[in-house]
Amino acid sequence: MASAELMDYDKALELFEPVLGFEVHVELNTKTKMFCGCANEFGSGANTNTCPTCLGLPGGLPQVNKKAIESSIRLGLALGCEIAEHSRFARKNYFYPDTAKNFQTSQYDDPICHDGSITIELESGRLVTVEIERAHMEDDAGKLTHMGGATGRIQGADYSLVDYNRGGVPLVEIVTQMIEGAEHDAPEIGKTYVAAIREIAKGLGVSNARMEEGNVRCDANVSLRPRGSNVLGTRTETKNVNSLRSVERAVRYEIQRQAAVLHAGGTITQETRHWHEDTGRTSAGRPKSDADDYRYFPEPDLLPMAPSREWVEELRLTLPEPPAARRKRLQAAWGFVNLEFQDVVNSDLLDAVEATVAAGASAQAARKWWTGEIARLANVAGVAADTLVTPVQLAALIELVEAGTLTDRLARQVLEGVIAGEGTPTQVVDSRGLAVVSDDGPLVAAIDAALLGQPDVLAKIRDGKVQAAGAVIGAVMKAMRGQADAARVRELVLERAATIE
Amino acid sequence: MSEITAEQVKHLAYLARIDLSPLEITNLTHDLGQIVDSIAKVSEVATADTPATSHPMPLTNVFREDVVVPSLTVEQALSGAPDRAGDKFRVPAILDED
Ligand SMILES: [Zn+2]
Repeated sequence: MASAELMDYDKALELFEPVLGFEVHVELNTKTKMFCGCANEFGSGANTNTCPTCLGLPGGLPQVNKKAIESSIRLGLALGCEIAEHSRFARKNYFYPDTAKNFQTSQYDDPICHDGSITIELESGRLVTVEIERAHMEDDAGKLTHMGGATGRIQGADYSLVDYNRGGVPLVEIVTQMIEGAEHDAPEIGKTYVAAIREIAKGLGVSNARMEEGNVRCDANVSLRPRGSNVLGTRTETKNVNSLRSVERAVRYEIQRQAAVLHAGGTITQETRHWHEDTGRTSAGRPKSDADDYRYFPEPDLLPMAPSREWVEELRLTLPEPPAARRKRLQAAWGFVNLEFQDVVNSDLLDAVEATVAAGASAQAARKWWTGEIARLANVAGVAADTLVTPVQLAALIELVEAGTLTDRLARQVLEGVIAGEGTPTQVVDSRGLAVVSDDGPLVAAIDAALLGQPDVLAKIRDGKVQAAGAVIGAVMKAMRGQADAARVRELVLERAATIE
Repeated sequence: MSEITAEQVKHLAYLARIDLSPLEITNLTHDLGQIVDSIAKVSEVATADTPATSHPMPLTNVFREDVVVPSLTVEQALSGAPDRAGDKFRVPAILDED
């Protein structure tokens, strides 16, 4: 099918019930890879973090990273999972150039975490409990770059290049049970669920949890069941949906596409589909076939794991406050209305605002700066807002504004100086000479000069036409190079106009 | 007698990307059949209270600490590669033309 027809969303929901399932991969931020001591880091040159084990060379022998097990258990506990008393790794055998060993080390029938659930809250206030079937450990694949061909995609490429730095990095794959009863909320449930997983992983500190860097990746399973039927429809699996907005769009798209196919008398092929961010569509990948005969078997080079109950309980004690509870607490403490609070959450600035408040700033001022000027500058620079300034620096800047040392306009200049690495806000104020002139002496002199230079304006002010003061205020602000508080200038202009000889 | 068929051996050989001659397929069908039969004998003595065993050694929880050790140099890593481009492994086109 060259171009998929889509059914109107509401009509699709009228005719069919969507059934969902999600597989979310969370990349752990351990210092080293899952089974070898190579650094788990990117940005360094291609193939600089490899060894015989993660390259699958003869003689390579895997060793389990204890920290990765710990992180997986903590993640499982935060998802309300049971931690298996016995768990082991398995080989998932397949040939693909990004997998140097010709198998992925994963878990099959003994995942480390199983049977959990999380409850998410939709914007309408609807609560949805998502049951989690399992969370298992596995290692990541290398990174492929497809060369040649017209599109730069795998289709039509002349050849491909492989960088194995990511090969062997620890992942936890979280698999949900079937989600029924989603109805019209299906796309939002997808987005909110993935956001919740990301937030939990970030709160635990087990992952950098940046979707744009691939730390959290989602595969979305969608099938449709005709109303009145109790037979499940054939599902498709849309791979690598890598932003929250895309999860929402991909689920909606698949519902509309499948509904159109089924309504026209067609059948859904059980297949992997690819999400295209640019066009907002999915396209067919290969159908499930022989190639998915993975011949899982227990990994003979790794011993089973039997995490002691004492260790599990110790780790349970390290869990932070659940993100949903934390959000409720912070919103109440800060007194933000929903819109203000959502703005902070959606901009991923909860930690930044919290730390700024902890450093002494008022919550409203912290929110205003982070979601306003700093977010704007970050957007221009194409970086995350919380990488531009520290909460302590911002709190110091806010203090200068509240003490009257800086106007908002001057504070924005100081902020630029801080971001440019010119030092603390106070250092930037000193070095750039940006403080509001608080000694009225020079200001009064400038006002007198301006009033005497415009006698007609002076006369109008004395006649009670206070609007005329604007011309003088402008001249004074210019003379003071902007380093005066306009309200104070206005006050003094009126005062001097009455008394000046 | 085992139920291993030549078709199964062909299928496994395809999955493992091993090119077998007809004679090898015949021989392996026979050999694998004998292995399956032998394992079936073990199953006969294993009672219901014998847990499935993947690892005969009574060892668990063998972990290493999360400490970085030096990796190979890029040249070492690429030294066995059939082809390379810059610092990356170069592999043939993955998909046939659609
Ligand atoms: Zn390695």
